[in-house]
Amino acid sequence: MAYSEKVIEHYNNPRNVGSFAKDEPNVGTGVVGAPECGDVMKLQLKIGDDGVIEDARFKTFGCGSAIASSSYVTELVKGKHIDEAITIKNTVIVKELNLPPVKIHCSVLAEDAIKAAIADWRKRRGDNFASGEQPLRAKEA
Amino acid sequence: MLKKPVYMDNHATTRVDSRVLDAMLPYFTEKYGNAASRNHSFGWEAEEAVDRARNQIAALIGAKSKEIIFTSGATESDNLAIKGVVEFYKDKGNHVISCVTEHKAVLDSCRALERAGKATVTYLPVDKYGTVDPDAVRRAITDKTVLITIMWANNEIGTIHPIAEIGKIAKEKGIIFHCDAVQAIGKVPVDFEKAGVDLASITAHKIYGPKGIGAIYVRSKGPRVRLTPQMDGGGHERGMRSGTLNVPGIVGLGAACEIAGMEMPEEAQRLIQLRSQLQAGLFERLDEIYVNGHPTERLPGNLNVSFAYVEGESLLMGINDIAVSSGSACTSATLEPSYVIRALGIDDELAHSSIRFGLGRFNTLEEVDYVTDRVSKEVKRLREMSPLYEMAKEGIDLKSVNWKS
Repeated sequence: MAYSEKVIEHYNNPRNVGSFAKDEPNVGTGVVGAPECGDVMKLQLKIGDDGVIEDARFKTFGCGSAIASSSYVTELVKGKHIDEAITIKNTVIVKELNLPPVKIHCSVLAEDAIKAAIADWRKRRGDNFASGEQPLRAKEA
Repeated sequence: MLKKPVYMDNHATTRVDSRVLDAMLPYFTEKYGNAASRNHSFGWEAEEAVDRARNQIAALIGAKSKEIIFTSGATESDNLAIKGVVEFYKDKGNHVISCVTEHKAVLDSCRALERAGKATVTYLPVDKYGTVDPDAVRRAITDKTVLITIMWANNEIGTIHPIAEIGKIAKEKGIIFHCDAVQAIGKVPVDFEKAGVDLASITAHKIYGPKGIGAIYVRSKGPRVRLTPQMDGGGHERGMRSGTLNVPGIVGLGAACEIAGMEMPEEAQRLIQLRSQLQAGLFERLDEIYVNGHPTERLPGNLNVSFAYVEGESLLMGINDIAVSSGSACTSATLEPSYVIRALGIDDELAHSSIRFGLGRFNTLEEVDYVTDRVSKEVKRLREMSPLYEMAKEGIDLKSVNWKS
């Protein structure tokens, strides 16, 4: 199977590979997929108090399309408010990377990773409520 | 100067040896007769060439020349052997014994018989090295068993089964024994007569011959094996396989067998050395890599390795100037990795991480060094990108993680 030029480009020059320190309070971590399925994505988002995604990092175990999908997502979410980022659909990734039908699950996983990272950040913020931070849960409700 | 891309996928297919091609060429343009034409020199010439090829093939595999029946390749041979025996001996029984790591041509022939209600099939498991236990074969035999079909050597992991032991059991019980010997002939010594094999599938393109030509060995004595033909026509090949003989292909298969037989002792040694070099080089540079298959009872040119924490398909993408194959099946609808690797009982994650290196006649030490270097670097790069590698280095047991998939 031939890969699209964009997948190859991201695979060869992945953006924002790496990890943030695990316990930074403003970092949300999403880990999705499973090793036995051949795909695991870890997406970390550094999110400001205003809910804007300041920075992103990823690590992915998976095929080239999975790596490209997560690499692209780190670029896509940067600068976006979480309310906007959470609405990103996998179809955007499919279109940008020209993913063939058999690789659509890679884009779904990347979409799930965004959602999981934001949910994790929100959970941590909720946990930190006692320490005097602005509770964002109220906004959700 | 190293020529790229490097081909190291010789279990999939092989380059035609120029000596084989030279032998074939006259049979396209000058000696183009039909081997079945009995009344002119063109036919006689073709028939002579076919007879010569039969002798060359028979000499390699411990057979008599009349026991060689030409087919289009191993898939046809497997189909003919399995379906042909079950249909011919239907009054004797309907039970077949096979193994979970067989080639698809064998497994799907068995499944077709099951679907048609013509046979029940026992698929024996393998141990962690991919070897089938001869005692398990013995235990699986019932009074309805008409056929045992077990491959000589596995195409993915290179494991060589204890064929002579299984052959002995088959003889003892009077059951026909078919062996898919595609990966073994020309690579390791094979003697069907001695091993008690009654039917065997072979193909030319795995031994530096052309694609589209193969043969089936059909034992003529002790017992004389009968088959129901799967194709109707002119009754060629003692009525077992109709169709005008592919004379250039047959000449190619014959030449390929002769060369393989002549060169086998030195070539097997050379391949074992190259493989050891590749294996040692990878183990020197990388931690957490695992060999799949049997440590010693394996094909000389085969090395199947799992690179933990790195998905096979992404590794192939990174080494795109090297042709190898992966047990990962990220493209398949099921997302399931190789059924052969899974049958070894190793974790699915490691199955997704497996790469098959298939060394062959035209590979060089220089290529092995290049591949070692290129693969090691790419594995390191991908591990730096792998969340699993990171977790493992942090001491997290990946099996204890509750994966949300």
